[in-house]
Amino acid sequence: MAGHSNYVPQSAAAKWLESRLPVISLVRGSFVDFPTPKNLNYWWTFGGILFFVLIAQIITGIVLVMHYTASTTAAFASVEHIMRDVNFGWLMRYLHANGASMFFIAVFIHMFRGMYYGSYKAPREISWILGVVIFLIMMATAFMGYVLPWGQMSFWGATVITNLFSALPLVGEPIVNWLWGGFAVDNPTLNRFFSLHYLLPFMIFGVVLLHVWAFHTSGNSNPTGINPKTKQDTIPFHPYYTVKDLFAIVVFMIFFAYFVFYIPNFLGHADNYIEANPLVTPTHIVPEWYFLPFYAILRAVPDKLGGVILMFGSIAVLFVLPWLDTSKVRSGTYRPLFKQFFWIFAAVCVGLGYLGAMPAEGIYVTLARILTAYYFAHFLIILPLLGFLEKPKALPASISEAVLAGSGGGQPAGAVSAPETK
Amino acid sequence: MAQQDTVEPTRRDFLYIATGAMGAVGVGALAWPFIHQMNPDASALALASIEVDVSSIEEGQSIKVMWRGKPVFIRYRTEKEVGEAKEVPIADLPDPMARNLNLGPDADASDVNRGVKDNEALIVMVGVCTHLGCIPLGEAGDFGGWFCPCHGSHYDTAGRIRKGPAPENLMIPPFEFISDEVIRIG
Amino acid sequence: MKTMIRSARAALLAVAAIAVAAPALAAGAGPHIERQQWSFSGPFGSYDQAQLQRGFKVFKEVCASCHGAKFLAFRNLAEEGGPGFTEDQVKVIAAEYNVMKGPNDDGEMEELPAIPSDRFPSPFPNEQAARASNGGAYPPDFSTLAKARAVASGFPGFVFDIFTQYQEHGPDYIYNLLTGYEEAPACFGEDFSSYYNSKFIGGSVTFEECKGQVIPGGPIGMAPPLSEEIVEYTDGTPMTVEQYAQDVSAFMMWVAEPKLEERKNLGFRVMIFLIIFASLLYFTKKSVWRDVDH
Repeated sequence: MAGHSNYVPQSAAAKWLESRLPVISLVRGSFVDFPTPKNLNYWWTFGGILFFVLIAQIITGIVLVMHYTASTTAAFASVEHIMRDVNFGWLMRYLHANGASMFFIAVFIHMFRGMYYGSYKAPREISWILGVVIFLIMMATAFMGYVLPWGQMSFWGATVITNLFSALPLVGEPIVNWLWGGFAVDNPTLNRFFSLHYLLPFMIFGVVLLHVWAFHTSGNSNPTGINPKTKQDTIPFHPYYTVKDLFAIVVFMIFFAYFVFYIPNFLGHADNYIEANPLVTPTHIVPEWYFLPFYAILRAVPDKLGGVILMFGSIAVLFVLPWLDTSKVRSGTYRPLFKQFFWIFAAVCVGLGYLGAMPAEGIYVTLARILTAYYFAHFLIILPLLGFLEKPKALPASISEAVLAGSGGGQPAGAVSAPETK
Repeated sequence: MAQQDTVEPTRRDFLYIATGAMGAVGVGALAWPFIHQMNPDASALALASIEVDVSSIEEGQSIKVMWRGKPVFIRYRTEKEVGEAKEVPIADLPDPMARNLNLGPDADASDVNRGVKDNEALIVMVGVCTHLGCIPLGEAGDFGGWFCPCHGSHYDTAGRIRKGPAPENLMIPPFEFISDEVIRIG
Repeated sequence: MKTMIRSARAALLAVAAIAVAAPALAAGAGPHIERQQWSFSGPFGSYDQAQLQRGFKVFKEVCASCHGAKFLAFRNLAEEGGPGFTEDQVKVIAAEYNVMKGPNDDGEMEELPAIPSDRFPSPFPNEQAARASNGGAYPPDFSTLAKARAVASGFPGFVFDIFTQYQEHGPDYIYNLLTGYEEAPACFGEDFSSYYNSKFIGGSVTFEECKGQVIPGGPIGMAPPLSEEIVEYTDGTPMTVEQYAQDVSAFMMWVAEPKLEERKNLGFRVMIFLIIFASLLYFTKKSVWRDVDH
């Protein structure tokens, strides 16, 4: 991360610190002087937005833990205590619950941005893989967090998802009992989920640092997909991207606040306001919305083990995405065919999400199978073939040239003017 | 940067200052819920006052009740105890103040100011040593009042510190008689 | 750019077509929930104090004999954003109930009159006792019930709900349920001794004779709780089943979401702040970037 700073300590105190721990030049090199392509569009602000949401989740989470009780007899009541009695407790809880959804909204946009602009391609494979790791830990964290209020969906969601592991031959049953710490989801399960739910976000934080380190080593990708060639192609991170990211974060906060203050329960399930009851299963168990596409893939397969494998496979395939895409061109902007397939893929993911929320019967199952097949075909067939079949458009000579031609940041053609370039 | 431009920069500076100030206000306002959530919550505040029936306490008896998570000593003192407490000159007391929240902060630590108004034999005190918060033992210590075993503070029969490290007399909480028999503390 | 948008639009339309068509193919006989007007809906909604007080009366005199509200404390009745009883009124209300307290100095638990900091006593000590007294049916606790019932809006309704800020699934459902009792369909047979509610989402019709018929709702264990003039209103409000149902639904929403007014008030201020701050940041960003082509 360092190495980009031309920082020279001025004061005696700064010199003293810098010669012992070069933290000032590290920060300056990474987030102040760091040369960033000047053509990043607003889709690139979602990295900063995600960092904000992660910090917000950690802070509200620490607050909630001050009032929450992890026990099957007291968990539901302690959440209601937070909602009713704790000063601003309702705010903390709604921020945290909706914050999880905001996290996934932002991460999905961030991932699709990476896919559209080919950000995963060499030399940024490690950054992409670390991103998928973050996504996996996020899903585990969100899943365990959803169990903590100990509502009906918490309990039955936990039961259904942990039972996935029972699909494994031979070791399935022992593994599930090990996960539960018993023979059903119960107090030991709740307590270990609580412990891990507290731990994992800090692991995410650590991997986020690695993720940033990786793409700061290779340099940011950008909407043209071509590397910066001259100094004209980049600008320092501060103040240009700090102010742009901050603006984007505040706009995102408006969206976030709309949910928290006006429709705080829109993204949740009504059944989770019923205390967990191991004797009564809700008629229709659905996971939180962000798991729905994966849930649809799980249910699309008539075989228990097959469904589990396919569901995990749908994420595992992301790890090898950098090597499945054979195209020499990074950015989708210059790939006319890929562009079309990208949007079909995006629509398929939305469709899978919709089907995940529908009952697993009749036409829904058939549709889910078609879309699941397409999901995998996109990665395993379409992307490898496209690299050979597609004739990409001519790439601009440099980022600056692309900017002047008006296609650098996906800006409308009207932004081309501004002749007073220096 | 276009430094030669003289009109523009002032307007721009104003914009930057306004944005910065707005951000500072936002951060400040955002901090409040996160700080306030640690204050006593509504259920704790609801228990902030308790009602106690004191009619059944006999002379020479004490009861202990919980108020805000702390014990409150209510003692119907014997004539001898009241007499002893009255004899002590205020000047001899390490803490000459009444420490009675029902009186003004200037009230002196005379026995009248420590006991219940119009019922001097009755005394109501928060049973927490003013040194470091331990609970003193009753009818113990060198002065026949209370004795804190943690660091050896001796209180007399009016709950006034007489010897040891505690700086103040035992605190008398705000209370009132809401009927002939029942007092409300807090 | 244009092709990108065009292909995106085509793909989204295809998915939307599937989404709209699919439910039509698999439609069941779910009850239709008639949405009601509520004073607490929308961005500036707030509870109608008089309505909450009436609703509380209905709850106290009708519902509370079977349903508890274990997270509701008497003191809540005097708190801001609620029915607006005075502290003295709350003391009187609380004293009408006995709650288990103790152990006292003799080690005995005793039933004592409640004080404002106590929570509402439940009519049954546990679920088993409740079921035993109610023919196997379990009268759910009211504390969170108004947030725990929802009939899905479906697609595209749920998208519109974001913009209309529709969060009143619960009270709408409760109102519909309370006014949804009907004569049982003939195919239920002579022996049908329970009750039929055309809005009940928890029931399913399993009678052999009803096969092939579309019957909304189903059998319900709760007898019709409301009837004309069952609760005395002194403020001239009509004493009808519809009015009672409205009032008690609103009351239940308050019980489930007592901080609704505080939330919406704070939300308005936060929104105004964020919008102004975002505008300032937008111009700051423009100003910082003015010399950069991007």
